[in-house]
Amino acid sequence: MVTTAANLQKGQKGIITEFPNEGFPLKLMEMGCLPGNTVELIQVAPFNDPIYINVGDSHIAIRRSLAETIVLELIED
Amino acid sequence: MATNEIKVALLGNPNTGKTSVFNALTGLNQKVGNYPGITVEKKIGFCKLSNGITAKILDLPGTYSLNTTSLDESIAVEILLNKKGEYFPDVAIVVAEVENLKRNLLLFSQIKDLGIPTVLVINMADRMQKNGISLDVESLSKELGTKVILSSVRNNSGISEIKQSIEDIDAISTDSFLDITEVSPEYFERLKKLFPQEDPYKLWLVTTQDVNFTEIDKNQQAQVNDITTTVDLRRYQHKETVLRYKKINASLKKAYLKDPTKATSLKAKIDSVLTHKVWGYLIFFAILFLIFQVIYDWSNYPMDLIDGFFASASNWVSKTLPSGMFTNLIAEGILAGIGGIVIFIPQIAFLFLFISILEESGYMSRVVFLMDKLMRPFGLSGKSVVPLMSGTACAIPAIMASRTIENWKERLITILVIPFTTCSARLPVYLIIISIVIPEGSFMFISYQAFTLMALYILGFGVSILSAWILHKILKIKTKSFFVMEMPGYKMPQAKNVGITVLEKTKSFVFGAGKIILAISVILWFLGSYGLSEDFKNAEKNVDEKIASDGFSDFNKTFISSNIQNYELSLRDSVSAKIYHINNQDIQDSLAIKRNDLIAVAKEDELAGYKLEHSFMGQMGKAFEPLVKPLGYDWKIGIAVLASFAAREVFVGTLATIYSVGSGGEEEETIKERLAAEVHPSTQKPVFNFASGISILLFYAFAMQCMSTLAIVKRETNTWKWPMLQLAIMTGFAYLVALIAYQFLK
Repeated sequence: MVTTAANLQKGQKGIITEFPNEGFPLKLMEMGCLPGNTVELIQVAPFNDPIYINVGDSHIAIRRSLAETIVLELIED
Repeated sequence: MATNEIKVALLGNPNTGKTSVFNALTGLNQKVGNYPGITVEKKIGFCKLSNGITAKILDLPGTYSLNTTSLDESIAVEILLNKKGEYFPDVAIVVAEVENLKRNLLLFSQIKDLGIPTVLVINMADRMQKNGISLDVESLSKELGTKVILSSVRNNSGISEIKQSIEDIDAISTDSFLDITEVSPEYFERLKKLFPQEDPYKLWLVTTQDVNFTEIDKNQQAQVNDITTTVDLRRYQHKETVLRYKKINASLKKAYLKDPTKATSLKAKIDSVLTHKVWGYLIFFAILFLIFQVIYDWSNYPMDLIDGFFASASNWVSKTLPSGMFTNLIAEGILAGIGGIVIFIPQIAFLFLFISILEESGYMSRVVFLMDKLMRPFGLSGKSVVPLMSGTACAIPAIMASRTIENWKERLITILVIPFTTCSARLPVYLIIISIVIPEGSFMFISYQAFTLMALYILGFGVSILSAWILHKILKIKTKSFFVMEMPGYKMPQAKNVGITVLEKTKSFVFGAGKIILAISVILWFLGSYGLSEDFKNAEKNVDEKIASDGFSDFNKTFISSNIQNYELSLRDSVSAKIYHINNQDIQDSLAIKRNDLIAVAKEDELAGYKLEHSFMGQMGKAFEPLVKPLGYDWKIGIAVLASFAAREVFVGTLATIYSVGSGGEEEETIKERLAAEVHPSTQKPVFNFASGISILLFYAFAMQCMSTLAIVKRETNTWKWPMLQLAIMTGFAYLVALIAYQFLK
C-alpha cells in the first residue's frame, strides 16, 4: 500500500519509494532518508507534531508537513 | 614550524562524542575563542606526541556533511578548502559513532575526497556488545583505504592509537573515495574545461556551497553558474548522496554486522516517558524548577563565603596600608570590584552544570521535540528553545547558539527576543532586590523568594515569546523552512566534559564580562570619592556645622539611641548575672564611651554621605534623578541604573561602591543590610520598599542593558539596525512597565 511517512502509526514501517517534491532537503537524505530505506515511526510529539522516525539507522524528528513528502510502500506485518 | 607542529582537524557528526575525544586528547590544554570576524566558537587544543612533535588540534563544529546548511558548518568547509589558510589541516580525524556508522561515513567519504589524509575514529565502542554490533576493523580499513581506530573515551581506550596515527600520517593514503564525475560525466567535463587545474570535487563544493573560497574568484564562479541550472545542481547533489551511500553500504557489507534483535529497547522506553504529552512536560518543568531552586539555594553558601572574604580583605587593606588614595583605590575600588565579579561564579557554574548535563545526556533534543509545536505559532521552532534557554545563562552564547537555526527569519526573531530571557547578569540584581523586598517564609516548601525568582524567569520567557509572535507578524521575510533534528541515544554525561564546559563558561564570564565590571567599579569609585565643587572641598566643615545647628538625621538619632539601649540592657544583664562586677558609676562611664563611639560613626556616615552627594557621581545622579523618580528610584539607584547600561551586573557593584563610600561604619555591613537600611532623607521611609523593588525588578527584566549583547547582535545580523531597535524598544518598554508598576503599587 502506498502512503506517506505522515500517515504511519506508531511502530509501523514503510520503504521509501520516492520524493515527489523537487526541493526535498538534501540534509534529510544525507541523514539516511533515501529511497529504498525503511522508515519506522517511533514517537509522535504532543499535539501530534513533529514526528520521530527511525530511517536508515538515523533517529530523527521531522515535522508532519515534511513527512507528507516522503512516499512509502507500507510494510504489512 | 612544520617540523615540530602538526595541524589536525577534528570533524564529525553531532552527538558522536567528538568533544570527548578532543578533551581526552588535549585535557585542559585548550584555547577557546572565535574565528576572526564571526562568532563561531573556535576550539584549539594541544597534544604532545611521543616523537616530540606537538599536535595542534582544531575542533571543528559538528556537521553531517560538507553540504552546509548553517554558518557553523560552512566554517568546516572553508577551512578544509582553503589550502593556504591558517587552519588548513595536515591530517583530518573524523569521529564516528558505532551505532550510526553508516551515516557518519558520509562525512568521512566527503573529507577523504578532498585529498586530505583522513583517519576514521569509531567512538563509543563500549556500546557495541549491547547493541549486537560486530565490526571487523581490519577489513573496514582496507575497504575505506585508511586507518580505522576503535575507541571508547569512557573506557579510555583508543586514545593512544589516535595519537600514534597522527604521528604516522605519511602512511595514510589520500586516494578519493568516490569519483565525483560519476554523478554527471558531461557536467564535470564542462567544469574541467573551465578549470583544467582544479580538482573536480573541490570545484563541485565551491559551486554548490556558499563559502568564501579564495582560490577561485567571483568572476570565475559566475562562469560556473552559467553552465547548469540550480534544479540540475540539486539533482546532482541528490545523486551524489545516493552514490555515496551505495559505496558506503558496499564497504560495510562484510565488516559491519548488526543483530537487529539485540537492539536495545531502553531508548524507546525512556523516549515514551520523556516525550509523553503529560509526563514529558511535567518532567521538563520539574527539571527547570530544580535548576532554579538549586541556583537560588545552593549557591548561597559559597556566595556568603566569597562575600565575607572580600569584605574582610578590603577591611584588612584599609587598616594595614597607610591611608591615602592608593589604599582606598585597592580597598574600595579594586577589591570591591573583584568581589563583585567572583560572587557570581557559583550561580553561573551551577547553571552551566545543568545545561551541559542536559545536553550531554541527550535530553535537550527531547525538549526541542516536545516544544516544537508549541513554539511554531510564535514564528519559532523547537530549535529556538535551546538558545532561549541558554539565554538564561547569558544572551551572548545564546545568540551564538541560534546559528544552528537554518531558517533566517526564525533565527532573526530568536536573536531579537533572546535578551528578554533572564540572563545570569540579571540574577545578582534580582537576588539582592528580592532578598530585601520579598518577605522570607514559604508556602508548601516553596519559599516566596524562590517563587518570585521563578516568576521573573517565566515573565522574561513569556515576554520574549510574545515579542517573537509580534515580530513573526510584522517581519516580512520569505524563507523556505524545514526542520530536521537528530534524536541521539541517551548517555551518561561524562564528568570531564561537563567540568570543562563549566570551567570554560565561568572563565569567559570572569575574563569577558569581568573586565568591564572591574573597570566600571574603579571608575565609579573614583567618581564617588572625588569632586571639584566648593561643597565637596569644605565637606567636613559643612557637616560639623550642620550637626552643631540641626543635630543628627533622624536615622542616625534612632541608630544611636537604639544601640545605646541595647548596649545598656546587655550590660545590666551581665551585671545581674554576675558576669561583670561593676557598680553603677562604671556602667554610666561605659555608656558614655559607647555613646561617643556611636556619635563618631554617625558623623562619619553623614560626612561620607555628604561627600558622595557632592562628588562627581552625586552631581551626575542628581541631574538624572527627575527621569527615574517616577519609577520610585532616588539618585543613587539612578546612577546604578545608568552605569548598568554597560552590563546589568554592574548594578549591585555600583550600589556597593555608593554605599561602602556612604557607610564608613566600624561594623562590616553586607551590601544587603546596607541597602535595606537606606531611607529617603525627607520621608525616612526605606528606599528599597515593595513598590520600588518591584519597579527595579521589572525594569531589569525588560531593559536592554548590555553593550556586549548589542555588539553580538550587530555582528550576527551584520547591521546596526537590529541592535539599535532592540535598545530603543526594550528600554522604552521597561521604563513604561516599571513606571506603571510603581505608580500602581506605591
